[in-house]
Amino acid sequence: MKLTWWKISAVVLLVYAVVGGLLLPVPELSQLGETIRNLYYHVCMWFAMMILFTISIIQSIKYLRTGDIRHDIKAMSYAGVGTYMGLLGYATGAIWASFTWADPNNPAYASFGSIMREPKLIGAAIALLIYGAYFILRSSVTDLDQRARVSAVYNVFAYAMLFPSIWIIPRLLPSLHPGQEGNPALNFNDIDTRMRIVFYPAVLGWTLLGAWISTLIIRYKFIVESKIVNNEK
Amino acid sequence: MEKKISMKPAAETALIPKEITLDAIKQYKALLKKEFLLEARQQHTLYGVMLYIASTVFVIYLTMGSPEAETWNALFWITQLFICINAVAKSFLQEAKGRMLYYYSITSPVIFILSKLTYNIILMVAMGVINLMLFAAFMGNPTSSFFLFMGIGVLGSIGLGLIFTMLAAIASKALQQASLMAILGFPLVIPQLLLLARLSKAAFSEIFRDGVPIQLVLLILALDIMIVLLSVILYPFLWKD
Repeated sequence: MKLTWWKISAVVLLVYAVVGGLLLPVPELSQLGETIRNLYYHVCMWFAMMILFTISIIQSIKYLRTGDIRHDIKAMSYAGVGTYMGLLGYATGAIWASFTWADPNNPAYASFGSIMREPKLIGAAIALLIYGAYFILRSSVTDLDQRARVSAVYNVFAYAMLFPSIWIIPRLLPSLHPGQEGNPALNFNDIDTRMRIVFYPAVLGWTLLGAWISTLIIRYKFIVESKIVNNEK
Repeated sequence: MEKKISMKPAAETALIPKEITLDAIKQYKALLKKEFLLEARQQHTLYGVMLYIASTVFVIYLTMGSPEAETWNALFWITQLFICINAVAKSFLQEAKGRMLYYYSITSPVIFILSKLTYNIILMVAMGVINLMLFAAFMGNPTSSFFLFMGIGVLGSIGLGLIFTMLAAIASKALQQASLMAILGFPLVIPQLLLLARLSKAAFSEIFRDGVPIQLVLLILALDIMIVLLSVILYPFLWKD
Protein backbone atom coordinates (compact mmCIF):
# COMPACT_ATOMS: atom_id res chain seq x y z
CA MET A 1 0.00 0.00 0.00
CA LYS A 2 1.29 3.39 -0.94
CA LEU A 3 0.98 5.49 2.17
CA THR A 4 2.07 9.00 1.43
CA TRP A 5 1.97 12.06 3.67
CA TRP A 6 -1.45 13.22 2.52
CA LYS A 7 -3.08 9.89 3.24
CA ILE A 8 -1.73 9.98 6.80
CA SER A 9 -2.97 13.53 7.17
CA ALA A 10 -6.39 12.50 5.86
CA VAL A 11 -6.63 9.87 8.62
CA VAL A 12 -5.41 12.28 11.29
CA LEU A 13 -7.74 15.07 10.18
CA LEU A 14 -10.75 12.77 10.04
CA VAL A 15 -10.09 11.29 13.47
CA TYR A 16 -9.85 14.87 14.73
CA ALA A 17 -13.02 15.86 12.85
CA VAL A 18 -15.04 12.98 14.27
CA VAL A 19 -13.73 13.09 17.85
CA GLY A 20 -13.41 16.88 18.02
CA GLY A 21 -16.61 17.37 16.12
CA LEU A 22 -18.58 15.38 18.67
CA LEU A 23 -16.80 16.54 21.83
CA LEU A 24 -15.48 20.08 21.44
CA PRO A 25 -17.71 22.95 22.62
CA VAL A 26 -20.12 24.53 20.16
CA PRO A 27 -22.27 27.67 20.39
CA GLU A 28 -25.69 27.04 21.91
CA LEU A 29 -28.45 28.06 19.54
CA SER A 30 -32.00 27.28 20.46
CA GLN A 31 -33.14 26.32 16.96
CA LEU A 32 -30.19 24.08 16.22
CA GLY A 33 -29.18 22.59 19.56
CA GLU A 34 -26.54 19.92 19.21
CA THR A 35 -27.44 19.33 15.54
CA ILE A 36 -25.09 22.22 14.79
CA ARG A 37 -22.32 19.62 14.85
CA ASN A 38 -23.67 18.29 11.58
CA LEU A 39 -21.93 21.26 9.97
CA TYR A 40 -18.68 19.30 10.18
CA TYR A 41 -20.13 16.49 8.09
CA HIS A 42 -22.94 17.91 5.95
CA VAL A 43 -21.19 21.00 4.58
CA CYS A 44 -17.92 19.13 4.14
CA MET A 45 -19.63 16.63 1.83
CA TRP A 46 -20.62 19.44 -0.54
CA PHE A 47 -17.15 20.94 -0.43
CA ALA A 48 -15.63 17.57 -1.20
CA MET A 49 -18.14 17.01 -4.00
CA MET A 50 -17.43 20.31 -5.71
CA ILE A 51 -13.66 19.89 -5.37
CA LEU A 52 -13.83 16.37 -6.82
CA PHE A 53 -16.01 17.55 -9.71
CA THR A 54 -13.51 20.31 -10.36
CA ILE A 55 -10.66 17.79 -10.48
CA SER A 56 -12.81 15.71 -12.83
CA ILE A 57 -13.32 18.55 -15.28
CA ILE A 58 -9.59 19.41 -15.16
CA GLN A 59 -8.87 15.80 -16.13
CA SER A 60 -11.42 16.06 -18.94
CA ILE A 61 -9.72 19.16 -20.30
CA LYS A 62 -6.38 17.39 -20.05
CA TYR A 63 -7.85 14.50 -22.02
CA LEU A 64 -9.10 16.80 -24.74
CA ARG A 65 -5.69 18.44 -24.94
CA THR A 66 -3.60 15.27 -24.99
CA GLY A 67 -5.87 12.40 -26.05
CA ASP A 68 -4.38 10.27 -23.25
CA ILE A 69 -6.97 7.69 -22.18
CA ARG A 70 -5.64 7.73 -18.59
CA HIS A 71 -7.01 11.21 -18.08
CA ASP A 72 -10.41 9.94 -19.14
CA ILE A 73 -10.32 7.15 -16.56
CA LYS A 74 -9.32 9.69 -13.91
CA ALA A 75 -12.09 12.09 -14.91
CA MET A 76 -14.66 9.31 -14.63
CA SER A 77 -13.41 8.11 -11.23
CA TYR A 78 -13.34 11.57 -9.67
CA ALA A 79 -16.84 12.25 -11.00
CA GLY A 80 -18.05 8.95 -9.53
CA VAL A 81 -16.67 9.62 -6.05
CA GLY A 82 -17.95 13.22 -6.26
CA THR A 83 -21.45 11.91 -6.96
CA TYR A 84 -21.16 9.58 -3.98
CA MET A 85 -20.16 12.51 -1.77
CA GLY A 86 -23.15 14.43 -3.10
CA LEU A 87 -25.49 11.59 -2.12
CA LEU A 88 -23.95 11.57 1.36
CA GLY A 89 -24.46 15.34 1.47
CA TYR A 90 -28.14 14.79 0.74
CA ALA A 91 -28.37 12.12 3.41
CA THR A 92 -26.75 14.27 6.11
CA GLY A 93 -28.82 17.24 4.97
CA ALA A 94 -32.02 15.23 5.21
CA ILE A 95 -31.22 14.26 8.79
CA TRP A 96 -30.47 17.85 9.65
CA ALA A 97 -33.58 19.19 7.92
CA SER A 98 -35.82 16.72 9.72
CA PHE A 99 -34.70 18.28 13.04
CA THR A 100 -34.80 21.91 11.98
CA TRP A 101 -37.06 22.58 9.01
CA ALA A 102 -39.66 19.84 9.10
CA ASP A 103 -42.93 20.75 10.75
CA PRO A 104 -43.10 18.67 13.96
CA ASN A 105 -46.87 18.34 13.60
CA ASN A 106 -46.52 16.76 10.17
CA PRO A 107 -44.79 13.54 9.21
CA ALA A 108 -41.44 14.20 7.48
CA TYR A 109 -42.67 13.25 4.03
CA ALA A 110 -45.43 15.88 4.23
CA SER A 111 -42.84 18.65 4.37
CA PHE A 112 -40.85 17.17 1.49
CA GLY A 113 -42.57 19.29 -1.15
CA SER A 114 -41.67 22.58 0.48
CA ILE A 115 -38.15 21.49 1.45
CA MET A 116 -37.27 20.35 -2.06
CA ARG A 117 -37.89 23.84 -3.43
CA GLU A 118 -34.86 25.15 -1.55
CA PRO A 119 -32.48 26.74 -4.07
CA LYS A 120 -29.46 25.03 -2.52
CA LEU A 121 -31.18 21.69 -2.90
CA ILE A 122 -32.06 22.46 -6.51
CA GLY A 123 -28.45 23.38 -7.21
CA ALA A 124 -27.28 20.14 -5.67
CA ALA A 125 -29.91 18.18 -7.57
CA ILE A 126 -28.75 19.75 -10.83
CA ALA A 127 -25.16 18.75 -10.07
CA LEU A 128 -26.15 15.16 -9.33
CA LEU A 129 -28.42 14.94 -12.38
CA ILE A 130 -25.62 16.25 -14.60
CA TYR A 131 -23.22 13.58 -13.42
CA GLY A 132 -25.95 10.94 -13.63
CA ALA A 133 -26.40 11.95 -17.25
CA TYR A 134 -22.63 11.89 -17.68
CA PHE A 135 -22.49 8.22 -16.67
CA ILE A 136 -25.47 7.32 -18.86
CA LEU A 137 -23.79 9.08 -21.77
CA ARG A 138 -20.62 7.09 -21.14
CA SER A 139 -22.46 3.81 -21.11
CA SER A 140 -24.26 4.54 -24.36
CA VAL A 141 -21.17 5.17 -26.46
CA THR A 142 -19.47 1.95 -27.44
CA ASP A 143 -16.28 3.11 -29.11
CA LEU A 144 -13.56 3.69 -26.53
CA ASP A 145 -12.01 6.83 -27.97
CA GLN A 146 -15.31 8.34 -28.88
CA ARG A 147 -16.70 7.63 -25.43
CA ALA A 148 -13.78 9.43 -23.84
CA ARG A 149 -14.06 12.41 -26.17
CA VAL A 150 -17.84 12.80 -26.06
CA SER A 151 -18.04 12.46 -22.29
CA ALA A 152 -15.16 14.90 -21.80
CA VAL A 153 -16.98 17.45 -23.96
CA TYR A 154 -20.19 16.96 -21.99
CA ASN A 155 -18.31 17.20 -18.70
CA VAL A 156 -16.81 20.56 -19.64
CA PHE A 157 -20.07 21.88 -21.10
CA ALA A 158 -22.19 20.80 -18.14
CA TYR A 159 -19.74 22.02 -15.52
CA ALA A 160 -19.57 25.42 -17.18
CA MET A 161 -23.37 25.59 -17.11
CA LEU A 162 -23.60 24.35 -13.52
CA PHE A 163 -21.93 27.37 -11.96
CA PRO A 164 -24.24 30.01 -13.39
CA SER A 165 -27.17 27.97 -12.12
CA ILE A 166 -25.71 27.81 -8.62
CA TRP A 167 -25.28 31.60 -8.68
CA ILE A 168 -28.58 32.43 -10.36
CA ILE A 169 -31.16 30.18 -8.73
CA PRO A 170 -30.69 31.34 -5.11
CA ARG A 171 -31.43 34.88 -6.25
CA LEU A 172 -34.72 33.80 -7.85
CA LEU A 173 -36.25 31.75 -5.07
CA PRO A 174 -36.82 32.38 -1.39
CA SER A 175 -34.75 30.25 0.95
CA LEU A 176 -34.51 29.04 4.51
CA HIS A 177 -31.07 27.61 3.99
CA PRO A 178 -28.25 29.56 5.61
CA GLY A 179 -25.87 31.47 3.36
CA GLN A 180 -28.41 33.04 1.04
CA GLU A 181 -25.85 35.24 -0.70
CA GLY A 182 -22.81 33.16 -1.51
CA ASN A 183 -21.23 30.19 0.16
CA PRO A 184 -22.55 29.04 3.51
CA ALA A 185 -19.92 28.54 6.24
CA LEU A 186 -17.11 30.13 4.22
CA ASN A 187 -18.12 33.60 5.31
CA PHE A 188 -16.28 34.65 8.47
CA ASN A 189 -19.37 36.18 10.05
CA ASP A 190 -21.38 33.00 9.62
CA ILE A 191 -19.39 30.71 11.77
CA ASP A 192 -18.10 30.79 15.33
CA THR A 193 -14.35 30.57 16.05
CA ARG A 194 -14.87 27.45 18.15
CA MET A 195 -16.40 25.76 15.14
CA ARG A 196 -13.85 26.99 12.66
CA ILE A 197 -11.03 25.08 14.33
CA VAL A 198 -12.88 21.86 13.60
CA PHE A 199 -14.64 22.85 10.40
CA TYR A 200 -11.63 23.70 8.21
CA PRO A 201 -9.65 20.57 9.09
CA ALA A 202 -12.83 18.55 8.52
CA VAL A 203 -13.29 19.98 5.01
CA LEU A 204 -9.69 19.14 4.20
CA GLY A 205 -9.98 15.67 5.71
CA TRP A 206 -13.14 14.67 3.84
CA THR A 207 -11.78 16.03 0.57
CA LEU A 208 -8.55 14.10 1.01
CA LEU A 209 -10.55 10.96 1.81
CA GLY A 210 -12.52 11.46 -1.42
CA ALA A 211 -9.31 11.90 -3.38
CA TRP A 212 -7.88 8.79 -1.73
CA ILE A 213 -10.89 6.67 -2.69
CA SER A 214 -10.64 8.08 -6.22
CA THR A 215 -6.97 7.16 -6.57
CA LEU A 216 -7.76 3.61 -5.45
CA ILE A 217 -10.49 3.36 -8.07
CA ILE A 218 -8.16 4.84 -10.68
CA ARG A 219 -5.40 2.33 -9.89
CA TYR A 220 -7.94 -0.52 -10.06
CA LYS A 221 -9.22 0.75 -13.42
CA PHE A 222 -5.67 1.05 -14.72
CA ILE A 223 -5.11 -2.61 -13.88
CA VAL A 224 -8.41 -3.67 -15.48
CA GLU A 225 -7.68 -1.67 -18.59
CA SER A 226 -3.95 -2.36 -18.41
CA LYS A 227 -3.78 -3.45 -22.04
CA ILE A 228 -5.11 -0.10 -23.20
CA VAL A 229 -3.28 2.01 -20.67
CA ASN A 230 0.09 0.42 -21.35
CA ASN A 231 -0.26 0.57 -25.11
CA GLU A 232 -0.60 4.21 -24.54
CA LYS A 233 3.03 4.72 -23.51
CA MET B 1 -5.09 -7.09 -33.65
CA GLU B 2 -3.49 -3.86 -32.64
CA LYS B 3 -6.13 -1.51 -31.44
CA LYS B 4 -5.44 2.09 -32.14
CA ILE B 5 -6.06 3.95 -28.95
CA SER B 6 -4.99 7.49 -29.02
CA MET B 7 -6.08 9.59 -31.87
CA LYS B 8 -4.92 13.00 -30.88
CA PRO B 9 -7.94 15.20 -31.41
CA ALA B 10 -6.30 17.49 -33.88
CA ALA B 11 -8.67 20.23 -32.97
CA GLU B 12 -6.04 22.81 -32.25
CA THR B 13 -5.51 23.33 -35.91
CA ALA B 14 -9.17 23.62 -36.68
CA LEU B 15 -10.24 25.53 -33.60
CA ILE B 16 -10.39 28.95 -35.16
CA PRO B 17 -10.65 29.61 -38.85
CA LYS B 18 -7.30 31.01 -39.95
CA GLU B 19 -8.83 34.41 -40.41
CA ILE B 20 -12.39 35.56 -40.65
CA THR B 21 -12.24 35.95 -44.36
CA LEU B 22 -14.92 36.40 -46.91
CA ASP B 23 -14.46 32.73 -47.59
CA ALA B 24 -15.64 31.80 -44.10
CA ILE B 25 -18.70 34.00 -44.41
CA LYS B 26 -19.46 32.47 -47.78
CA GLN B 27 -19.18 28.96 -46.32
CA TYR B 28 -21.43 29.95 -43.43
CA LYS B 29 -24.05 31.31 -45.81
CA ALA B 30 -23.88 28.22 -47.98
CA LEU B 31 -24.30 25.90 -45.00
CA LEU B 32 -27.23 27.92 -43.73
CA LYS B 33 -28.82 27.86 -47.15
CA LYS B 34 -28.32 24.09 -47.21
CA GLU B 35 -30.29 23.74 -43.98
CA PHE B 36 -33.23 25.65 -45.42
CA LEU B 37 -33.06 23.73 -48.67
CA LEU B 38 -33.08 20.45 -46.78
CA GLU B 39 -36.07 21.63 -44.81
CA ALA B 40 -37.89 22.59 -48.01
CA ARG B 41 -37.09 19.24 -49.63
CA GLN B 42 -37.87 17.06 -46.62
CA GLN B 43 -40.98 18.80 -45.46
CA HIS B 44 -42.27 15.80 -43.58
CA THR B 45 -39.95 16.49 -40.63
CA LEU B 46 -41.12 20.08 -40.31
CA TYR B 47 -44.77 19.07 -40.55
CA GLY B 48 -44.06 16.34 -38.05
CA VAL B 49 -42.88 18.89 -35.50
CA MET B 50 -45.88 21.13 -36.19
CA LEU B 51 -48.24 18.22 -35.74
CA TYR B 52 -46.43 17.40 -32.50
CA ILE B 53 -47.08 20.94 -31.28
CA ALA B 54 -50.72 20.85 -32.31
CA SER B 55 -51.46 17.52 -30.69
CA THR B 56 -49.62 18.43 -27.48
CA VAL B 57 -51.55 21.65 -27.13
CA PHE B 58 -54.79 19.85 -27.95
CA VAL B 59 -54.17 17.23 -25.27
CA ILE B 60 -53.42 19.95 -22.73
CA TYR B 61 -56.60 21.73 -23.77
CA LEU B 62 -58.68 18.60 -23.33
CA THR B 63 -57.25 17.87 -19.89
CA MET B 64 -57.02 21.41 -18.54
CA GLY B 65 -59.69 23.49 -20.28
CA SER B 66 -58.64 27.06 -19.76
CA PRO B 67 -56.04 27.11 -16.97
CA GLU B 68 -55.14 30.06 -14.78
CA ALA B 69 -52.32 32.40 -15.70
CA GLU B 70 -49.65 30.68 -13.62
CA THR B 71 -50.51 27.20 -14.88
CA TRP B 72 -50.75 28.53 -18.43
CA ASN B 73 -47.26 29.97 -18.13
CA ALA B 74 -45.77 26.78 -16.71
CA LEU B 75 -47.46 24.60 -19.33
CA PHE B 76 -46.29 26.88 -22.12
CA TRP B 77 -42.65 26.60 -21.11
CA ILE B 78 -42.83 22.84 -20.61
CA THR B 79 -44.37 22.34 -24.06
CA GLN B 80 -41.75 24.66 -25.50
CA LEU B 81 -39.04 22.51 -23.89
CA PHE B 82 -40.38 19.29 -25.40
CA ILE B 83 -40.89 20.89 -28.80
CA CYS B 84 -37.28 22.03 -28.65
CA ILE B 85 -36.03 18.51 -27.97
CA ASN B 86 -38.01 17.17 -30.92
CA ALA B 87 -37.24 19.96 -33.35
CA VAL B 88 -33.55 20.33 -32.63
CA ALA B 89 -32.81 16.62 -32.26
CA LYS B 90 -33.15 16.04 -35.96
CA SER B 91 -30.56 18.67 -36.85
CA PHE B 92 -27.72 16.28 -36.12
CA LEU B 93 -29.50 12.96 -36.24
CA GLN B 94 -30.44 13.41 -39.86
CA GLU B 95 -26.83 13.94 -40.91
CA ALA B 96 -25.61 10.65 -42.29
CA LYS B 97 -22.08 9.57 -41.47
CA GLY B 98 -20.92 9.98 -45.03
CA ARG B 99 -22.26 13.46 -45.19
CA MET B 100 -20.38 14.45 -42.04
CA LEU B 101 -17.22 13.24 -43.73
CA TYR B 102 -18.03 15.45 -46.66
CA TYR B 103 -18.53 18.49 -44.44
CA TYR B 104 -15.27 17.62 -42.77
CA SER B 105 -13.46 17.94 -46.04
CA ILE B 106 -14.98 21.24 -47.10
CA THR B 107 -15.44 23.39 -44.02
CA SER B 108 -14.25 24.09 -40.49
CA PRO B 109 -16.12 22.89 -37.39
CA VAL B 110 -16.59 26.43 -36.10
CA ILE B 111 -18.42 27.54 -39.21
CA PHE B 112 -20.41 24.33 -39.23
CA ILE B 113 -21.62 24.64 -35.63
CA LEU B 114 -22.37 28.34 -36.08
CA SER B 115 -24.59 27.61 -39.07
CA LYS B 116 -26.36 24.88 -37.09
CA LEU B 117 -26.87 27.21 -34.13
CA THR B 118 -28.28 29.95 -36.35
CA TYR B 119 -30.60 27.59 -38.14
CA ASN B 120 -31.90 26.08 -34.92
CA ILE B 121 -32.53 29.53 -33.45
CA ILE B 122 -34.65 30.44 -36.47
CA LEU B 123 -36.47 27.10 -36.35
CA MET B 124 -37.17 27.36 -32.63
CA VAL B 125 -38.40 30.95 -32.84
CA ALA B 126 -40.82 29.92 -35.58
CA MET B 127 -42.02 26.91 -33.59
CA GLY B 128 -42.28 29.01 -30.44
CA VAL B 129 -44.55 31.51 -32.18
CA ILE B 130 -46.73 28.70 -33.54
CA ASN B 131 -46.91 27.17 -30.07
CA LEU B 132 -47.89 30.49 -28.54
CA MET B 133 -50.60 31.07 -31.18
CA LEU B 134 -52.07 27.64 -30.52
CA PHE B 135 -51.94 28.20 -26.77
CA ALA B 136 -53.79 31.49 -27.16
CA ALA B 137 -56.30 29.97 -29.57
CA PHE B 138 -57.16 26.93 -27.47
CA MET B 139 -56.66 28.03 -23.91
CA GLY B 140 -57.39 31.74 -24.02
CA ASN B 141 -54.99 34.54 -23.46
CA PRO B 142 -54.36 35.30 -19.78
CA THR B 143 -51.50 37.69 -20.54
CA SER B 144 -51.99 41.39 -20.09
CA SER B 145 -49.53 42.17 -22.86
CA PHE B 146 -49.51 39.50 -25.53
CA PHE B 147 -46.68 41.02 -27.55
CA LEU B 148 -44.45 41.33 -24.51
CA PHE B 149 -45.03 37.65 -23.82
CA MET B 150 -44.28 36.85 -27.43
CA GLY B 151 -40.99 38.75 -27.10
CA ILE B 152 -40.12 36.73 -24.01
CA GLY B 153 -41.14 33.58 -25.87
CA VAL B 154 -38.74 34.46 -28.70
CA LEU B 155 -35.95 35.13 -26.21
CA GLY B 156 -36.58 31.79 -24.52
CA SER B 157 -36.75 29.91 -27.81
CA ILE B 158 -33.34 31.28 -28.77
CA GLY B 159 -31.79 30.05 -25.53
CA LEU B 160 -33.41 26.61 -25.71
CA GLY B 161 -32.44 26.24 -29.37
CA LEU B 162 -28.81 27.06 -28.59
CA ILE B 163 -28.44 24.73 -25.64
CA PHE B 164 -30.09 21.77 -27.34
CA THR B 165 -28.06 22.19 -30.53
CA MET B 166 -24.89 21.45 -28.62
CA LEU B 167 -26.57 18.58 -26.76
CA ALA B 168 -27.83 17.13 -30.03
CA ALA B 169 -24.26 17.23 -31.30
CA ILE B 170 -23.13 15.31 -28.21
CA ALA B 171 -26.04 12.86 -28.28
CA SER B 172 -25.60 12.14 -31.99
CA LYS B 173 -22.40 10.26 -31.07
CA ALA B 174 -24.25 7.88 -28.75
CA LEU B 175 -26.95 5.22 -28.89
CA GLN B 176 -30.63 5.97 -28.10
CA GLN B 177 -30.02 9.53 -29.14
CA ALA B 178 -33.40 11.14 -28.65
CA SER B 179 -33.99 10.02 -25.09
CA LEU B 180 -30.36 10.68 -24.21
CA MET B 181 -30.75 14.27 -25.34
CA ALA B 182 -33.51 14.86 -22.82
CA ILE B 183 -31.48 13.29 -20.02
CA LEU B 184 -28.43 15.37 -20.86
CA GLY B 185 -30.40 18.54 -21.33
CA PHE B 186 -32.85 18.76 -18.44
CA PRO B 187 -30.40 19.60 -15.68
CA LEU B 188 -28.79 22.23 -17.89
CA VAL B 189 -31.99 24.05 -18.86
CA ILE B 190 -33.40 24.33 -15.34
CA PRO B 191 -31.82 27.75 -14.65
CA GLN B 192 -32.87 29.07 -18.04
CA LEU B 193 -36.45 27.86 -17.59
CA LEU B 194 -36.65 29.35 -14.09
CA LEU B 195 -35.40 32.68 -15.39
CA LEU B 196 -37.89 32.62 -18.26
CA ALA B 197 -40.85 31.61 -16.11
CA ARG B 198 -39.95 34.42 -13.73
CA LEU B 199 -39.50 36.95 -16.51
CA SER B 200 -42.74 36.05 -18.24
CA LYS B 201 -44.64 37.15 -15.15
CA ALA B 202 -43.87 40.66 -16.43
CA ALA B 203 -46.37 39.94 -19.19
CA PHE B 204 -48.99 38.89 -16.61
CA SER B 205 -48.96 42.40 -15.12
CA GLU B 206 -46.98 41.38 -12.07
CA ILE B 207 -45.18 44.39 -10.68
CA PHE B 208 -41.41 44.03 -10.58
CA ARG B 209 -38.91 46.22 -8.79
CA ASP B 210 -37.27 48.75 -11.09
CA GLY B 211 -34.67 47.22 -13.36
CA VAL B 212 -35.36 43.60 -12.43
CA PRO B 213 -36.85 42.57 -15.82
CA ILE B 214 -33.89 44.15 -17.62
CA GLN B 215 -31.52 42.27 -15.32
CA LEU B 216 -33.28 38.99 -16.09
CA VAL B 217 -33.11 39.66 -19.85
CA LEU B 218 -29.41 40.46 -19.59
CA LEU B 219 -28.81 37.30 -17.56
CA ILE B 220 -30.56 35.17 -20.18
CA LEU B 221 -28.57 36.84 -22.96
CA ALA B 222 -25.33 36.30 -21.04
CA LEU B 223 -26.19 32.61 -20.70
CA ASP B 224 -26.85 32.47 -24.46
CA ILE B 225 -23.50 34.04 -25.25
CA MET B 226 -21.80 31.57 -22.95
CA ILE B 227 -23.47 28.63 -24.69
CA VAL B 228 -22.34 29.91 -28.09
CA LEU B 229 -18.76 30.34 -26.85
CA LEU B 230 -18.71 26.87 -25.28
CA SER B 231 -20.10 25.33 -28.47
CA VAL B 232 -17.47 27.04 -30.60
CA ILE B 233 -14.71 25.89 -28.27
CA LEU B 234 -15.95 22.34 -27.71
CA TYR B 235 -17.50 21.31 -31.02
CA PRO B 236 -14.17 20.87 -32.84
CA PHE B 237 -13.42 18.00 -30.44
CA LEU B 238 -16.68 16.23 -31.25
CA TRP B 239 -16.36 16.82 -34.95
CA LYS B 240 -13.70 14.22 -35.63
CA ASP B 241 -14.60 10.55 -35.72
